[in-house]
Amino acid sequence: MKIRNQRGNEKNELNMTSMIDIVFLLLVFFVMTFKVVELEGDFSVRMPLGESGGVPDPTDLGLKLRLRSDSEGHLAGMSLNDADLGTNFDELRARIVSQLGSSAPGEDDEGPEIEIDTDYNLRYENVIKSITAVSGYKDGNGVVKLIEKIKFAKPRR
Amino acid sequence: MRVQSKKPDLAEGDLTPMIDMTFQLIAFFMVLINFAQTEANDRVVLPSSQLVKPPEVPLEFPIILHIARDGEIVLGSETYTVETLRVGLQREMSVVKAQGKSAEDASVVIRAHQDTAAGDVQEVIRVSQDQSLVNFALRVKEDNR
Repeated sequence: MKIRNQRGNEKNELNMTSMIDIVFLLLVFFVMTFKVVELEGDFSVRMPLGESGGVPDPTDLGLKLRLRSDSEGHLAGMSLNDADLGTNFDELRARIVSQLGSSAPGEDDEGPEIEIDTDYNLRYENVIKSITAVSGYKDGNGVVKLIEKIKFAKPRR
Repeated sequence: MRVQSKKPDLAEGDLTPMIDMTFQLIAFFMVLINFAQTEANDRVVLPSSQLVKPPEVPLEFPIILHIARDGEIVLGSETYTVETLRVGLQREMSVVKAQGKSAEDASVVIRAHQDTAAGDVQEVIRVSQDQSLVNFALRVKEDNR
């Protein structure tokens, strides 16, 4: 009696195990290294040596922002040219807008300059908030620019 | 006489949808992976601002300084204090000069923690100024609120 070889009828299936192993390894790698990217931008400050806390230019508006901190580094108060503004950055922005209203920069002029004089232990976040307030504000989808030249006074130890 | 195969019937699941989904996930993560994250530092949480936008043109020669909450400065893979930062900046400046550039062409990117003392940032600027660096970029994260 002849018994036929049944192997010829079997389906020829690929072994997927190793491919699935590698695919899962790749997946785990990408999941582990995945990080949500936060968009970042810069406030550009051009500050050559000698200009921080240097002799003020008599032709500019002479804007000087003083930031004071409490013992824990929180903002205790601020003043623009000795005018007290409390801790309200909107008030600061309004003052800047009113100051600039009568002195719009010319086309070739870079605009007024502001010097930021901050207490040493004030949290940096407050400095950025003040720079944001004096730099401009959002108007719909656009940005209205106010002061683009910013410099720092000498650090207060 | 026909002899039946003795092989037991194995219940095999259809793996095709799973493999499809897995490949889609891999494609998703591959597209989103960002190797530029080497700029970031886990010790730094940037302050946020509504006015900044990601720069359209990358800086020509950025020198990236991370300032941690305790005031420690990270430049490349080394950590410095305000007193020792001069050494690291001199090394960067020698690279700038070796490429035929001047200090005017370089930009110091300051990535400071939101709670670090503002005075520490001012000190970093002062030390950088001593190395004739004049262009500074205060890096913040975009706030879309």
